[in-house]
Amino acid sequence: MTTTTPSSRKQSSDGDTRLLRLGAVGGDFLDQRLSGAGFVKFFARKVFPDHWSFMFGEMALYSFVILLISGTFLTMFFDPSMEEVVYTGPYTALQGETVSRAFESTMEIAFEVKGGLLFRQMHHWAALVFMVAIFVHMFRVFFTGAFRKPRELNWLIGFTLMILGMAAGFSGYSLPDDVLSGNGLRIADGLMKAIPIVGTYLSMLLFGGEFPGTDIIPRLFTIHILLVPAAILGLIVIHLVLVVVHKHTQYAGPGRTNRNVVGHPVLPVFGAKAGGFFFLVFGIITLISATTSINAMWVYGPYDPSPVSAGSQPDWYMLWTDGGLRLIPGWEFTIFGYVVSLNMLIPMAIYGAMLAFLALFPFIEAWVTGDDREHHLADKPYNAPVRTGLGVAWIVMYLILVLAASNDLIAIALQLSINDLTWLFRISFFVGPVLAFYITKRLCLSIQRHKRDLALHGQETSRIVRTGSGDMIEIHEPLNEYDRWELIAHDDYRPLKAGKGVSSLRAKATSFFFKDRIEPVTPAELRAALEHAGHEKHVIDEATGGDYRTPAEKVVH
Amino acid sequence: MKALAARRHHPMALLVILLLALVATGGLYAALQPQTAQAEAYTDSDVEAGEALFLANCATCHGLDAAGQTDPDGQTLGPSLIGVGAAAVDFQVGTGRMPMQHSGAQAREKPQQMNEEQTRQLAAYVASLGPGPAVPDEEWLDTSQGDATRGGEIFRINCAMCHNAAGAGGALTRGKYAPPVVGVEGKHVYEAMDTGPQNMPVFNETNLSPEDKRDVITYLEALDETGSPGGISLGSLGPVTEGLYAWTIILSLLIGSAVWLGAKAK
Repeated sequence: MTTTTPSSRKQSSDGDTRLLRLGAVGGDFLDQRLSGAGFVKFFARKVFPDHWSFMFGEMALYSFVILLISGTFLTMFFDPSMEEVVYTGPYTALQGETVSRAFESTMEIAFEVKGGLLFRQMHHWAALVFMVAIFVHMFRVFFTGAFRKPRELNWLIGFTLMILGMAAGFSGYSLPDDVLSGNGLRIADGLMKAIPIVGTYLSMLLFGGEFPGTDIIPRLFTIHILLVPAAILGLIVIHLVLVVVHKHTQYAGPGRTNRNVVGHPVLPVFGAKAGGFFFLVFGIITLISATTSINAMWVYGPYDPSPVSAGSQPDWYMLWTDGGLRLIPGWEFTIFGYVVSLNMLIPMAIYGAMLAFLALFPFIEAWVTGDDREHHLADKPYNAPVRTGLGVAWIVMYLILVLAASNDLIAIALQLSINDLTWLFRISFFVGPVLAFYITKRLCLSIQRHKRDLALHGQETSRIVRTGSGDMIEIHEPLNEYDRWELIAHDDYRPLKAGKGVSSLRAKATSFFFKDRIEPVTPAELRAALEHAGHEKHVIDEATGGDYRTPAEKVVH
Repeated sequence: MKALAARRHHPMALLVILLLALVATGGLYAALQPQTAQAEAYTDSDVEAGEALFLANCATCHGLDAAGQTDPDGQTLGPSLIGVGAAAVDFQVGTGRMPMQHSGAQAREKPQQMNEEQTRQLAAYVASLGPGPAVPDEEWLDTSQGDATRGGEIFRINCAMCHNAAGAGGALTRGKYAPPVVGVEGKHVYEAMDTGPQNMPVFNETNLSPEDKRDVITYLEALDETGSPGGISLGSLGPVTEGLYAWTIILSLLIGSAVWLGAKAK
């Protein structure tokens, strides 16, 4: 009847088409030059599973982005020069002190550049968070078995990223040329010099002569802002490309199998969440940096090889390397007039072995299981008791080294003797991991038994029915099929006997890994259990008339 | 004046002038020589009251004659106080370390048991036993005359290895420790350097002159006044507490937001 409505609709659809046409022209322009349409189409529909434990890798990535941004800011004001100058800035307790230009420019960033202290603290806090996120991410991947085929190489790349993160942190920690960072360099120098034959040459090469010299800060600067970040960036790209190629792992669940990925496409949901998470990480790090002090290098003062302050420790991710040095007795011997410092070499060998175990574990486990299948479902940690036990043992060993490196602070905080603590940690270093392995493994097996029971018999309701004949039966609430499926879908490996192409070493290894295994529920067992439950329900219903309420509850209602 | 002028050729005049010159030199020396210059003049009644306090509170360990005591195994119960000086008493009693709360690796600081007057009287008594470092003059505690930068250098080289660069304290062997020194009264810092209480070495005048000590006190005061420009200091204990903070507070915040983002999907 009226013409208003259609005409207005016509107008708006005119507007829409114009926009669409504009988009099409623009998109076509770009596509003809970049051929990006296929990529966008593929990537926008790429599906990622959604679980909070899958966000640690993102956490590391975002802290790295923050590191790049804040680091770029810092390079505009930092001067990696060892030229000696007299400090005349606003920090009164150092006025008139002779310092290096590197130290002075760091002081300028902290006290004179607008926003400098915030950026400096953001850079340092982001570095700590970067390493925390990498470790937690590695733990997640390790304990869910997400390093299995086809992801072994990506595990190695991730491992290399962790090492590079340590290198980036250490080289950055040394740049302000304060007493604390100089102490750290001196330890690195000592470790290097302990290497037989080549050690002294290595040290002279790095420091450009006798420690500390004036070459090291500019060299570390190049390493810190060019070499290591470039390597990290390159490896992150490969790491992420491989995640796309392999697809992300997911936890078993209804409809989630080894052959699919259930989750959200990159556009719009996953992308929005990832973007949101970036801003959350950015916000949290900024908040922390605005409120919490980190590395107050003006207190440590300019580097001078003579003072070493109490409470001198490296940043947390290097603490473990200090722990071994604090625990080892001062063992050394002299051969042909050369001192061999076992107190340095043994800890270094232990660190190497611990790292090698971490890097090679996917290959060790694959060799033990002989499993050549692709795995895209994440294990529940309790379904792999020996792997989980070994992982926890490694963490305990690492943790004891970290605690040993903090022994002076622990001694003060708990009013204990540092000598006793050293002995405690020496013993725990050997006993702790073994205990941790055993306890974790037993816990995992117990959980497995419990879950097996749950899958077969359902949830106990703590309601007991007495039948006419005097039998007592507890009412079990059966699981639904989805929940049950999650409990029974896991791998089962058996110990192998030596012979028939199985070496005795591998037979022993499989026995170590799988001799205590809990068998997964078989279809026959499940059928029998369900049959039994049906029968029981029949008896219970007969006794109660299908009303499971207690007499007291019946009175209330 | 005239009478005095008339007698200037008197044979005894030279002697009188010599005497006057000697008194003046000695007096000036006594006034300007810091160590012997008592900040406070103790009276005999101070010493007497101090002795009474000593017998009631300290003699159990230090002995009735303050010469120290050992138990039958030869272990020291309390060291001799002869010659430790008033400064040692003022520090130990003034910071509450003495009388000692319980035996252990070292005496802990606690609320003072003796008031200022009693502390002074005890100091008077111990000072009367034999010469030793006196309570420092106000002059050496006046931080407006001190040089914080120089004090910082002295502190980093001589003190920081036990007391921490930020003066937050540190551990020594077998349960002994160096206490925090920031926020401690300048007088007590001076006395500690002068007398070397507990496990601390003595930094006497040949090691650190009174000017050096004043610079150290000035530096510590500057540290205290500067506070923590970067925000919460986490105890100024360095990378360990920072790492702990990253693994607890920050990681919880991050996991919290990750769980929150994951939960919204359902």
